Amino acid sequence: MHIESVSRRPALFAAQARADASIVTLRFEDQPIRVPAGISVAAALLLHAAAPFRTTPVGAAPRAPYCMMGVCFECLVEIDGRPNRQACLTPVRDGMVIRRQHGASSLPLSRQEEEHGR
Amino acid sequence: MSKEEVLVVGGGVVGAAIAFGAARAGAPVVLLDEGDIAHRASRGNFGLVWMQSKGSGFPRYARWCRDAVDFWPRLAQELQELAGVDVHLQQPGGFWIGFSDAEMQARAAMLEELKDIGPGIPYEMLDRAELKRRLPAIGPTVAGGSFCPLDGHVNPLKLLHALHAALKALGVRVHAGVEVARVSRRQDGGYAAESRDGRSWHAPRLVLAAGLGNKTLAAQVGLHAPVEPNRGQVLITERLEPFLHHPTNKARQTNEGTVQLGYSIEDVGFDDGTTVSAIEWIARRALATFPVLSEARLVRAWGALRVMTPDGSPIYQESPACPGAYVATSHSGVSLAGTHAYVLGPWMAGLAPAPDDIEAFAGDRYLDPGRSFSHAH
Repeated sequence: MHIESVSRRPALFAAQARADASIVTLRFEDQPIRVPAGISVAAALLLHAAAPFRTTPVGAAPRAPYCMMGVCFECLVEIDGRPNRQACLTPVRDGMVIRRQHGASSLPLSRQEEEHGR
Repeated sequence: MSKEEVLVVGGGVVGAAIAFGAARAGAPVVLLDEGDIAHRASRGNFGLVWMQSKGSGFPRYARWCRDAVDFWPRLAQELQELAGVDVHLQQPGGFWIGFSDAEMQARAAMLEELKDIGPGIPYEMLDRAELKRRLPAIGPTVAGGSFCPLDGHVNPLKLLHALHAALKALGVRVHAGVEVARVSRRQDGGYAAESRDGRSWHAPRLVLAAGLGNKTLAAQVGLHAPVEPNRGQVLITERLEPFLHHPTNKARQTNEGTVQLGYSIEDVGFDDGTTVSAIEWIARRALATFPVLSEARLVRAWGALRVMTPDGSPIYQESPACPGAYVATSHSGVSLAGTHAYVLGPWMAGLAPAPDDIEAFAGDRYLDPGRSFSHAH
């Protein structure tokens, strides 16, 4: 399967060709991306060279998946409006909306404070 | 006064702070540290630099805590300069949070007593409306709280690291992986410490700061330190944008964004594990305190053992039978790091006279049949 990159770099990974693979469509940073069903969000984004997935809360350093098994928390992204989801543990679903996680997530209270300019 | 070598047993925040203060005053210091296999309350604790509630019924302890809070900015600055480590000290004042009128009344009575001690411990009791004004995140079942402008918090892991880095910079010889099994007085009047694996060290002066190990070791040089383990479990969340700008006794947000939620108080011997029931209780209480935390994800839970005395207050004492041998033990090693460094260190190294009324902290107080104790931690 040919999968187009969402960055200027070529993807480091390719999906294995499978005759029976169905395709789902996600939105990543407002771009539609087509990926095989049944894989994780992290795998889907790696196929599209989407790294960095996030920036760190303290030093704003760019990060991408490392362990791919739920331990390192480097693959955090925002999924369907919910911050800090572990992309490697979340299966893709058609229509999913994914964004990069920039720094720490904010609780509704601090979001509300920002809106009120406090 | 002459500078004699000091042998410190214990490399947690208590022993390391005393070693730091002794070395800083010019004493040659050797530190024996069990290492990362030790119970190490220093690595498991909540990180509060806390004044309010300490010293009720024990005026000398209240003054000691007050001094410790005042020492903290200087300690943090010296550790930054010597060790190059920022321990994340913040002292913006802290809140205690209550859930019932009975709790509020008991709190007010206790703080009123502390107000008249020595330099005075400033505090305010806050009704629900006033607390809500200052801490908008509190939940509907919070009854009110108290505020002490002296309270703060620090990163306890950075503190332990900074103290050890400062010891290195000061030329202290730190031996890691040493489990001290026995201490004794030598013929020449000095002291020996022997490790379980057969190594030994000796020096004219000995400081026992071995946490829960003090109970056995202190008795070997004529000191009474009846400490027992008391487990606290805590939880920590993912990193969040700042929403809580003051430490509280239920939760504190670190300056790197994580929120530490405390804590259980359990007598379970030397078991430092975690339990589902305590984790659930802590999480429920944290949600009652700050409902907005329901959106936060927890990343870890752990247990650690407090080094608890019968009255919850520290023991500091020079052995009457073995002069030059000291014991120091406290479950508030973070709050009290400044007094441990700047007051106990020079005293125990023989470079400063005994602090005034230090006898109040002698472990012998627990031997008085006319007194009873409880640590209302």
